[in-house]
Amino acid sequence: MSSKPQALPVTYLRPPRGWIPLNLSQLWAYRELIYFLTWRDIKVRYKQAVLGVGWAILQPILHMVIFTIIFSRLAGLKPDAGIDPDLYPIFSFAALLPWQLFQGALQRSSISLVANSNLLTKIYFPRLIIPFSAVAAGLVDFGFSFLVLVGLMLFYGVALSWNMVWLPLLMLLALLAALAVGLWLAALNVQYRDVQHMVPFLIQAWMYASPVAYSLDLIPADGPWRVLYALNPMVGVIQGFRWALLGAAPPSQIMWVSVAMVVVLLVSGLYYFRSMERTFADTV
Amino acid sequence: MSDTVIRVEHLGKQYRIGTQALQYRTLRESLTGIFSRDRQTQPVGRIWALKDISFEVQRGQVLGIVGRNGAGKSTLLKVLSRVTDPTEGLGEIHGRVGSLLEVGTGFHPELTGRENIYLNGAILGMRRSEIERKFDEIVEFSEVAQFIDTPVKRYSSGMYLRLAFAVAAHLEPEILVVDEVLAVGDAEFQRKCLGKMSDVAQQGRTVLFVSHNMSAILRLTQETLVIEKGHLKMRAPTPEAVDYYLSQGYAQEGQRTWDADEVPPDAAPFRPLAVRLLNMQRKVVDTVRSTEPFNIEMEYQLDAPITGLRVGLYLMSTRGEFIFTSFDTDDSQRFEQHPARAAGHYRSRCTIPADLLNEGRYVVGINASSFRVRRYFHDEQALNFTVDATGAPGMHWPEPRLGPARPRLDWQIEVV
Repeated sequence: MSSKPQALPVTYLRPPRGWIPLNLSQLWAYRELIYFLTWRDIKVRYKQAVLGVGWAILQPILHMVIFTIIFSRLAGLKPDAGIDPDLYPIFSFAALLPWQLFQGALQRSSISLVANSNLLTKIYFPRLIIPFSAVAAGLVDFGFSFLVLVGLMLFYGVALSWNMVWLPLLMLLALLAALAVGLWLAALNVQYRDVQHMVPFLIQAWMYASPVAYSLDLIPADGPWRVLYALNPMVGVIQGFRWALLGAAPPSQIMWVSVAMVVVLLVSGLYYFRSMERTFADTV
Repeated sequence: MSDTVIRVEHLGKQYRIGTQALQYRTLRESLTGIFSRDRQTQPVGRIWALKDISFEVQRGQVLGIVGRNGAGKSTLLKVLSRVTDPTEGLGEIHGRVGSLLEVGTGFHPELTGRENIYLNGAILGMRRSEIERKFDEIVEFSEVAQFIDTPVKRYSSGMYLRLAFAVAAHLEPEILVVDEVLAVGDAEFQRKCLGKMSDVAQQGRTVLFVSHNMSAILRLTQETLVIEKGHLKMRAPTPEAVDYYLSQGYAQEGQRTWDADEVPPDAAPFRPLAVRLLNMQRKVVDTVRSTEPFNIEMEYQLDAPITGLRVGLYLMSTRGEFIFTSFDTDDSQRFEQHPARAAGHYRSRCTIPADLLNEGRYVVGINASSFRVRRYFHDEQALNFTVDATGAPGMHWPEPRLGPARPRLDWQIEVV
């Protein structure tokens, strides 16, 4: 495989200065590495677990059972207006699905750089690959729990709606939200290990700040409250899921606020990550 | 168009020094730093790991890089392979760089040999199609075909290394950067690796090769850079550079000491203090007589207890051939007496018997490790010394005797 001399790529080594371009095209060039790192994360996760991929199904089901007992039976929370209260299990499952996708992606991506420090200090590749592949690794789990959801819907006799075609976009939004925050946390974690202690708490608080166990109806519709609430991008995502699956109210203006928030976090996260990237190998 | 594939000018890399704890501050420290003026008053030590390095490498050249531990060789390779950015200076590289700064980077113990070949290949920059094409060749080279579908955590350390090296050896970048990867594995496998390396060189690819193994450097490279304290000391045809390097004061009059900042942070809690050569009167010497026993003593500090620690030495010729390796707990009874060593200040001293070594220069390397657990510290060239053969067997014939040993053997001459 001798390569032609004129085809050789030229690399310049120079001290980093000033504004660092994002160079997202590099990610495309390294797409196979993203794929392999994602594949590794998925493989390794289930290798030694007796139940293997069964966990991907069990976790949201167990959560659903707990939520149904505590929030529906004991606390008496109701699904959105217009949804049969007996459907609370599906109502919560429809939110748990994107929530767990988001939560897993955020968890993995925020510790991803430190967890892969041996790669960072030995091999060059665009560092963005690491949080990207950490985020992508949750998709397989999502696929399995989605099958459970479809099963549950059939069991409860909920009609499937054409609005479901929007689900992939909503998933993408959840993943981008996780990536955006994950980029910030991953880069910060390289320098401040406090971050990894903070993440579980952050995720827990974030879940209560999202309509996972309860309905958006609890937030006052008049005044600025819903818009403020939707600054949490998972509000748009979850409401979107409930709309597409269960026919809850469409998340119209909420969705725009959530999307705008993700864009802001993502762009700033990418630039912050890139500006810190040069120090990763020296600090991690 | 010139055929220069690597050109660097005045390359420098500065690090903040101190322990690792200094490098990653806690959030609290940073926050309080913002509000108080402490940040200003806290002096931050900085050192130049590399300074003012300039050189060029032509296509197809195999360039050796030698230098003591901590001289900056590894930093140079890291800058060239873009793992870290230079602090100053410029570099220009034509072609893909494959870096082999460690074998088995990214290997995952839970994955099988087959899976790790794909993963590691991708990490090293191979395309999936390229890995598939070379898969059989890699497996064959590694000699682990039988276990290819077994998780690598069940591999012996030798198998693990062979597989890891096999993947790396099949990289085909235009420029290959190799750091000391040959220091691992058994002698047979080392030979095989060296063979593979010279094949790579013969295919016209450019190789930068860092090693402490002078015979490997001599065999594989035509030209060598000598790096000392971050500076490029000389660039010369390899035999000349090796001679310079070997004669260059890494013998510090029979004693080598380590300052705190010379010890890599990953050695903790082991901290080497000194290794010295002592005659039977316990005086530090740099020349010993072949006919008298002498001591090699290692002094070290343990900042925390270590279980299963063994501290030992390698004895090598100046050309890098091993003569023997010995640890302070090689005796199984002694090992049982010292299952763990508490934190504290220690000396491990051994006696090298009389009538063992031939005349010449020798190199002492030291190693502190727990078997199969961790290698805390390792310096293959801690010290060198001279053996004087006055009075040794056969000295009445003024001829050089081949081989590193000069035993006094009990000969019988019988008339039959």
